[in-house]
Parts: sequence; structure tokens; C-alpha cells
Amino acid sequence: MIFNLLAILLGISTIVFALVAIYTKKLIFAILATGGVSLFASILYLLMAAPDVALTEAAIGSGLTTLIFLFILNKIKEEDV
Amino acid sequence: MYKKLLVFATIFILAGIFLKLYQNFDGSKTLNKTASYYAKNGASEVGSTNIVTAIVVTYRGFDTLGEVTILFVAAAIIGFFLKTNAKGTNRIRNLRFSSEIMITASKILMPIMFLIGAYVFVNGHLSPGGGFQGGAIIASGVAFFLLANPTLSVNHKVLSVLESTSGLIFVLLGIAGLIYGGGFLDNRVLPLGKFGTLFSAGIIPLVYSFIGLKVGAELSNIISSLQQIQKEE
Repeated sequence: MIFNLLAILLGISTIVFALVAIYTKKLIFAILATGGVSLFASILYLLMAAPDVALTEAAIGSGLTTLIFLFILNKIKEEDV
Repeated sequence: MYKKLLVFATIFILAGIFLKLYQNFDGSKTLNKTASYYAKNGASEVGSTNIVTAIVVTYRGFDTLGEVTILFVAAAIIGFFLKTNAKGTNRIRNLRFSSEIMITASKILMPIMFLIGAYVFVNGHLSPGGGFQGGAIIASGVAFFLLANPTLSVNHKVLSVLESTSGLIFVLLGIAGLIYGGGFLDNRVLPLGKFGTLFSAGIIPLVYSFIGLKVGAELSNIISSLQQIQKEE
């Protein structure tokens, strides 16, 4: 029961963050929301007994990818958007 | 108008497909043939506590070699394209200085991040995680260090030597499996050892350590190249 509730809550948060990432006007919020999608997805994987996948998602999806996007955003900031 | 109609039609078709999938889904109570083989024989044949590692490194080791190659090609291409933009890397750069909190925290946290990364890939056959995850954690440590000390740079030569040596040793270990074990990347080159200890599961800890070093070096290389082309403040 609690597992189901938690899973539904995490799924809804993932979708909300994904929508924020698409519809927000500021690129920095979009990047952070993309990281949040990965973070919630990794917690969901952990609940579904896949710790290996969860570790990958947390380290690469929400850690390194967000950082690389931030670097690129800083690089292109004054040229566009 | 026409475009919106098309979008709605696509969404409806997808919803129908997913509804059908959802209605027909009944989680299978038993493992399928391949999965039950791994579950039954994984411990005795490979000796790895973490069955995922047994599959990734030994049963499907060739796929892992392919994944490592893909990552290598991606890192090489990024390095190639960023290199052309960064003219005169040894010019004096006026970067914004990091805060005192960031610098102090990096001194405490960076060794811990490196240790966690090394722990994750050395214990790949015992606990969740492995070479890719450990390498990514080490690369995050490098990124953290570069954020705290923007004027410093990582030595690319050391990283590329580390990366290529690790890749070479990975392939050589695979060929050793061909000669002394049962096939390419077979882990019975070394004795399987006692189940559940650090020095067990044949060459899996060695293979995962070298994969971890390789992935960590590649991702650190990408991050430090990106850091070098940043705009000056």
C-alpha cells in the first residue's frame, strides 16, 4: 500500500518536472528540472529493487548530465536566448 | 489546426496502445528460461554475489566491451571538437573566484568522493554498482574540484595514458580468458575464491576496476575540456 502510494507520488513528480523542463522559459530551470526527473526516476528504480540502475541514473543522469548542461549553458549564454 | 489534429491523433493512438498493454499485463510469477539459468547457476559458475555484475561482466562481457568503446568514441569526439575552439590554453585566465565554503568543502569532500567511487567499482561483484557508476562518481569528484578551483586544470596527458592503459588491460584480460578460461572475458582465469569475499569471482574485480578507471578518466577529460572553454568573467 505504502509502496504503491510512494510509487504514484514519485511518478507524478517525475511527470511534473518533465513538464516544467519543457514549458519553462528560463533555460536554467529547464536544466535543473531535467536533473530532478532523473533523481525521482532513480528513487523509483531503487523502490523497484534495481539498485544498480538507480546508482547509474543518480550518478550520470542527475549528476554529470546536469553539470555538463550547466557548463554548456554558461558557454552559450551571451550568444543566444 | 491540421498540425494540432495530428498531435491529438498520435496521442490517442499511443494511449490506446498503452491501455492495451496495461490490460494484458500480468506479472509473470516465474522467471523465464534465461533468467532462471542465471539465477540457478550464476553463483556456482561465476562466484559473484551481485548477479547483475555476473551477467554484465562475464555472461555478457562482450556487450560491456562495446559500451566502453561507445563511451570512448563519444569522449574522443567531444575532446576533438572542443580542442579546436580552445586556442592558447596557457593564457592567463581571469575567472570568478569560488566562495570560501566551496573551497573548504571541496578539501573535505573530494577525497571522500574518490573513496566512494573506488569502493563502488572494487566491490562491484559484492554490492550494487560497478565500473561505470564508480567512474561517474570519480568524475563528479573531479568536477567538484574544478568548480572549487577554477584556475587549476587537470593534466590531460595523465588522463589519456590512464584511459588507454586501462582499456588495453581490459582487452588483454578478455584474451587471457580466451586462453586460460572458457572464452572471451571468462572470469575463471583466477580461482573463484570464497563466495562473498573481496578477492573472489575470478577476474571480475580486476575487470571492473579497470573499467572504472577508464570511465572515470574519460568523463573527467570531458569535464575538464568543458571547463577550459568557459567564458571568462
